[in-house]
Amino acid sequence: MDFLIFKAPILMVQASLDGILLGILFALIAYGMALQWGVMNIINIAQGDLVILGGYIAYTMYLAGIHPAWGVIVSPIIMFFVGWALYKLVINKVVDRDLFISILATFGIAIIFQQLMNFIFGADVVVAQSEYGTTMLFDNSVTLPNSKIFSAVVSILYAIALVIYMKKSRLGRAIRATAQNARAAKILGVDTEKVYAATFGINAALCGIAGALIAITLTLHPYVGLPYTVRSFMIVIVAGLGNLPAVAISGMGLGLFEEFADYILGTEFRIGAVFMLLVFILVYRRFKLSKKREYLK
Amino acid sequence: MNKLTKLFITFISAITLMLSSMSSSFAKVDGEYIVLGAAISLTGKYSSNGVHTQNGYNLAVERINKMGGVEVQGKKYKFEIIYYDDESNPKRAAQLAERLINQDGVKYMLGPYSSGLTKAIAPVTEKYKIPMVEANGASRSLFTKGYKYLFAVLSPANQYLEVAIDLAVEKNGGKPVRIAQAFEQDAFSQDVRLGILDAAKRTGSEIIIDDKLPKELNDMAATLAKVKATKPDVLVVSGHTKGALTAIRQIAEMKVDVPMLAMTHCDAAKLSKQHGKKSEYALCASQWHKNLSYKDSFFGTGKKYDKDFKKEFGYAPPYQSAESSAALLVFKDAFERANSFDGDKVRDALKTTEMQTFYGNIKFGPGGQNTAKPMILFQVRCKGDTCENKVVAPTKWASDKFYHPIPKWSERS
Repeated sequence: MDFLIFKAPILMVQASLDGILLGILFALIAYGMALQWGVMNIINIAQGDLVILGGYIAYTMYLAGIHPAWGVIVSPIIMFFVGWALYKLVINKVVDRDLFISILATFGIAIIFQQLMNFIFGADVVVAQSEYGTTMLFDNSVTLPNSKIFSAVVSILYAIALVIYMKKSRLGRAIRATAQNARAAKILGVDTEKVYAATFGINAALCGIAGALIAITLTLHPYVGLPYTVRSFMIVIVAGLGNLPAVAISGMGLGLFEEFADYILGTEFRIGAVFMLLVFILVYRRFKLSKKREYLK
Repeated sequence: MNKLTKLFITFISAITLMLSSMSSSFAKVDGEYIVLGAAISLTGKYSSNGVHTQNGYNLAVERINKMGGVEVQGKKYKFEIIYYDDESNPKRAAQLAERLINQDGVKYMLGPYSSGLTKAIAPVTEKYKIPMVEANGASRSLFTKGYKYLFAVLSPANQYLEVAIDLAVEKNGGKPVRIAQAFEQDAFSQDVRLGILDAAKRTGSEIIIDDKLPKELNDMAATLAKVKATKPDVLVVSGHTKGALTAIRQIAEMKVDVPMLAMTHCDAAKLSKQHGKKSEYALCASQWHKNLSYKDSFFGTGKKYDKDFKKEFGYAPPYQSAESSAALLVFKDAFERANSFDGDKVRDALKTTEMQTFYGNIKFGPGGQNTAKPMILFQVRCKGDTCENKVVAPTKWASDKFYHPIPKWSERS
């Protein structure tokens, strides 16, 4: 049983593709987190719960007889307004405060969301069926669910659209200006309050897309949001803020690393391995930074 | 607010206070009522199964009371249950058990939902020497701690899928089989795993994949890719409802061909409803099925229980409800045999329980587990687009033949 992956190298192809496809989806959630972290200096603990809420929107459509894939269009629209409302209700009161307060506030939001979803949608684990079928490669030895390919493609398309929007549009530029220096942006006439609300809305919308994709690729339950928060947090830590290519690469990298850790170390260590990698990266970064400082002296 | 209203409110609250303190001081046997206590998950992540448990308890209480109640020392008593919501949280459950015992004066307890919460409550009931009959904690570790006041009407977790391995060996012409298994890392699933290890040892079978899935994980692609590469004779999966749903989804999407697939929690996951034809041929462990031929004088047969439950609550009873109802029958039987309300006498009577209920035979082993009832296996079979669970093992109750091996995905429509 040891190192099956080396005995059957075709598994490497399977593992790589699985890791990358899932990594892209996680990168989308992480990008939302990086965006609002960069702009508003808020670590959103409720990120995963926004994802799950987005998923339930798609699931509700599925129950109503609409194909759940339409969720990737409907869910972000609804979630944008949910995010906007959340900002107006809670986040605007903590945005300039200590990081700890925003963590506490979003933690509270997370709990409320979990309980509300549990109340509305019930505590059963649910799935939405896309019936997309399977792509088989290499004489059926590598099989990829089309729903996963669909979710990766949708994630990439939305990411590209967002990058263009941030570069070209007025609001996009305002967001980037606010991220660089909120005070200066304010002096130059940017309505930072509106920028913040929009940023939080965009983040929620990204979560909505990811949630709809998760409804057709994985499973939904009111209390499974936290792993998504933790995963996107990790991706952002590795990639740094406000850098989409880095977020994408770090998302895919972590996905790949996790799949290979599963084959080589065993399934029980795959999440542990990712955390070890995170510790290693943080230590390495610190080490590099301290070297730089010495050099500057 | 004028003076009169204030006075009125004070008066009302005083009365309420008096009443509430009165009811608690008599709580163990209150007039004609025998009061049982239960912490149940009415909110939180176990809330669906918590409600199934509560419905099972309530149906049995209502039935027993209607049919004459419990006779102790020539007098008829009725059951009554005090419920608290444990929020699916073990710490809260333990607190509530203390509260039921110390403040409400409860002397007899019914179990909560899930092994984890039962584990949290058992030390408390043990400390106060309160007999507890539980119906939803199957973890083996509950029965190895030497608890003296814990009695479980259900089969322990390690028995869940042992039968499946025996079945696989039988289908293989008595020769050992190659097993691939994936279990979530929680107390229950790991106990199921121990059962498989025992069965493998007993039959000389080989375990070629032994994956332990982290709780946070909702993707099994890596495990299934390994299964594809190694082609085992049987794949065993246990990871609560999430594990069951994920496994079926990804087995179908990745076109994993295994001759036999055995799992737990198909019922709770509503597998055949949520995944339809994709779940066909999956073999599922269950504590109970309405078609079994057990009988008792309160609910009659399983089929009748199914009908009555549907009429009362509007949905077909999952086994979680059936076993919860059985717990009350056990309590009634024990009270009548003890012919006393003394906690230790009731416990001794529970210990010597030997009875048949619609849910199955009940006889407690030295650790408190039910040793008289085998687990059953059903297989999901579909006709057109509607899928149903058909009992296939043990052969005594099998309504349908076990379909083996599972056709390859390329041959399935």
